[in-house]
Amino acid sequence: MSELKVIHEKAECLYGNYDRKGELQHQTHYCPGCGHGVAHKLLAEVIDELGIRDRVILVSPVGCSVFAYYYFDVGNVQVAHGRAPAVATALKRSHPESIVITYQGDGDLAAIGSAEIMHAANRSECYTALFVNNAIYGMTGGQCAPTSLLGDKTTTTPFGRTTANDGYPLKVSELLSALDGPVFIERGGLGNAKQILQTKRAIKRALETQMKGLGFSLVEMLSPCPTIWKMDPVDAQRHVREVLAPIYPIGNKLDRTKDRAPRAAAPPPPPLSELPRILKLPVAPTDAPVELVKPDSEYRIKIAGFGGQGVLLLGQLIAEAGMDDGLDVSWLPSYGPEMRSGTSNCHVRLSTKHVDSPLVSRPNVLIALNEPSLRKFIATVDTGGLVLYNGDSIPTDCIRTDITMQALPFASIADELGSPKVANIVVLGAFLAATNALPLAVVDRAMARVVKGEKWLEIDRRAMARGIAEMQSTEVKVHV
Amino acid sequence: MFATAIEEEIDIKGYVEINTDECKGCGLCVEACTTKVLSLSPCLNRYGYHTATNSDKPCNGCGLCFYVCPEPGAIKVFKAVN
Amino acid sequence: MPKQLIKGNEALMKGAILAGCRGFYGYPITPANEITEAAAYYLPQVGGTFLQAESEVAAINMVYGASSAGVRCMTASSGPGISLMAEGISYLAGSELPCVIADITRGGPGLGNIAPEQSDYFQVVKGGGHGCYRTLVLAPACAQEMADLTYLAFDLADQYRTPAVILADGFIGQMMEPVEFTLAARAPRLPEWAVDGTASTRRNLISSIYLQPDDLEKHIRMLEAKYARMAHNETRWENYKTDDAEIVFVGYGISSRILKSVVEMMRARDIRAGLLRPITLFPFPSDELRRLAGQAERFFVVELSTGQMVEDVRLAVEGRCPVEFYGRCGGNAPSAEEIFEEVFAHV
Ligand SMILES: Cc1ncc(C[n+]2csc(CCOP(=O)(O)OP(=O)(O)O)c2C)c(N)n1
Ligand code: SF4
Ligand code: SF4
Ligand code: SF4
Repeated sequence: MSELKVIHEKAECLYGNYDRKGELQHQTHYCPGCGHGVAHKLLAEVIDELGIRDRVILVSPVGCSVFAYYYFDVGNVQVAHGRAPAVATALKRSHPESIVITYQGDGDLAAIGSAEIMHAANRSECYTALFVNNAIYGMTGGQCAPTSLLGDKTTTTPFGRTTANDGYPLKVSELLSALDGPVFIERGGLGNAKQILQTKRAIKRALETQMKGLGFSLVEMLSPCPTIWKMDPVDAQRHVREVLAPIYPIGNKLDRTKDRAPRAAAPPPPPLSELPRILKLPVAPTDAPVELVKPDSEYRIKIAGFGGQGVLLLGQLIAEAGMDDGLDVSWLPSYGPEMRSGTSNCHVRLSTKHVDSPLVSRPNVLIALNEPSLRKFIATVDTGGLVLYNGDSIPTDCIRTDITMQALPFASIADELGSPKVANIVVLGAFLAATNALPLAVVDRAMARVVKGEKWLEIDRRAMARGIAEMQSTEVKVHV
Repeated sequence: MFATAIEEEIDIKGYVEINTDECKGCGLCVEACTTKVLSLSPCLNRYGYHTATNSDKPCNGCGLCFYVCPEPGAIKVFKAVN
Repeated sequence: MPKQLIKGNEALMKGAILAGCRGFYGYPITPANEITEAAAYYLPQVGGTFLQAESEVAAINMVYGASSAGVRCMTASSGPGISLMAEGISYLAGSELPCVIADITRGGPGLGNIAPEQSDYFQVVKGGGHGCYRTLVLAPACAQEMADLTYLAFDLADQYRTPAVILADGFIGQMMEPVEFTLAARAPRLPEWAVDGTASTRRNLISSIYLQPDDLEKHIRMLEAKYARMAHNETRWENYKTDDAEIVFVGYGISSRILKSVVEMMRARDIRAGLLRPITLFPFPSDELRRLAGQAERFFVVELSTGQMVEDVRLAVEGRCPVEFYGRCGGNAPSAEEIFEEVFAHV
């Protein structure tokens, strides 16, 4: 006497009752004969066979399979039309131990989500994509898909798909196989039991590829849509075998499982106590300056020149030193379109009071490193202000008598020092000498923090000293 | 999971059980079964489908009907083991 | 605590990492790039994920994925990118997924330019995506707040399970100011609703679908109640010399900084001026504006736009007193002197 053993039944990772479904909770929502049901069944069996149910995160698309999460007793995430590869990318990267599976139709994957799938594949994101190609938009009622065949009459190609109007059927598996990233790509069919069993093996291999951490895997399935194709289910299956398969050849397209090494696991994160160091948060200086009561001061500085003159760095150094000196400061760069045309300027404020607006509209210090900058801003300088100009003399039509103006050939001085790049630091020295805005020791310390490399620091120190000397010899002294 | 075979038919190789609540009568199992075990019932189930039903032809437990069936729980296949 | 002179954008990212942000998915755009670049530099060092996506569409959906996975995560962009993210933001709101979106605004419409504007108020505060949803919107006005409000945004996003937006203009993102980091480093957390590929979370579902009209209405009403709770508990603003103000300026971000100068100029001339600076744009400090409407003679709203937030000010004030507006756009910012003159131009 023999016994009958159950060899095939509903997979364990499918819910016994589809509680998430509103009605008819014991049936899927798919049409009779629809390939989605078969694809679900295959995926479910493979998940059971591999024993990975608890680790699986299934990403449901938009399309007829939008409700895949009704059925699979796994972690579920439902996403926007076509975006499953992007969502899967982050899911997997967030939890590398999870098994991430996307499920997408041809409209979802090959049309609206074509950019996302291409890049996920190219990055070889370590997840598994199931691609159900029924050559039509099912859910929205039969519009043309990128995979619809030439001549197909759909609701949006009522006279048949033509190459002239709609281009060619898109061969996704071949296309993605041309990339260097993906590891395993196979096209299967759901056109008869033989194709279906072959497809199941492909799904298993794809998931094993992911479990080994090798990278991107995809299984395309040519799938019947009897409803939209207006065929009975048996004819629709035949259509898969006899009409779709010749255009979209079934078989393995790419297998790099032997060549690709598993991804290295990420190192464990550092302890939280390390964060301040990693984030380069400031530590208390050992030689913190004693807080002195300072007389009120208020510098509204505009620095302007052309790109490469170190305008922004000069401003930053003044602001850094101002901060160290206990002043409130702000530094605002111009970064708009003018940056592209080569001019550059920044607004710096130093104040013993709270800095309200970081924008300097009426500067009391203008540092103009070229003539156009001088012309552009000279009228905005506040009465009693200071102008430092990079040149031998101030152009006569720019001379104002209600302000202090000093021309110095900063660029030539820098050349003399052997580095045209330090002209801005010569200016810094001149500015400090002219205004006494900041203690030199404080500026020196800020410079040591901002300037990278001993060699540069050394040149900068010489440049600053030179700037101070040049300015002192001119007898201009301004207190703002 | 085991079920006892019908005792008289000792040479039975397989058996399929159709869940008539899940079956949508698509007929793919009927088409797939090489030994013509299955057919669509002339009767309708409560949703209005002609569900699949077993005939008196012997089933060999090959499972092909199971794989072509789009409803995950519509078919259960039993196979004889000694 | 010593201070550090850094750009608002960089301060924002440091604040985010201290808040426990361990996922950043973005696409380059000026003037938000320093955020993305700081994320690329720091996140891999703290065990986080940085990925430059193929587009903002992908980036926001990666944020959707990371948030579903229970990771504190964010993205950063500017107007053109936020336009592309609208779909994803709606999905995030519908699925109740927390995340932070930094929007460092520039000039529009279209490609516009990269100079600062505040012209994306409608886009960010009023929606942008489809459906009845709101996002929490915080508007920093200095580099310090770029760090502090981002840190807060992560907490509020979690608390209310909602996307939170940091809306800052290009000036606030690009300028350097001293920032003090007193924020405690937070450990990454895993919320119980997350889907992380483990047995204990297997029954979790992230979705924005409610197929039946009654179910969807219930969901929308629940969101509505949540937004009302946010309005009740999370409305934030700053009063600057409004106690006796007859003229109340209203501005956020860089405008509020310029307006402080204007207030000072006016006070120096014995004009009783004050500033109401909204810190949250949604929820909007309507009640406070209504209160001030009882005392002020006029409101004067300044934005780097042709007038967007001013509509909310008018709605709040409900005609109790005149609400005037002055805006510059295209990347131009008004000077304090210019606003000062404008205030009296029509008197
Ligand atoms: C942004 C957006 N555009 C359009 C739609 C409408 N829509 C829903 S499903 C679908 C096509 C689905 O086709 P496919 O991916 O082939 O899946 P199928 O239904 O055939 O399984 C479209 C266009 C949408 N939901 N979202
Ligand atoms: S319309 Fe087509 S793809 Fe959609 S459920 Fe029906 S048969 Fe399946
Ligand atoms: S198991 Fe094989 S023989 Fe038995 S009914 Fe199914 S297809 Fe036919
Ligand atoms: S294949 Fe499945 S659904 Fe279709 S008739 Fe057979 S049992 Fe029923």
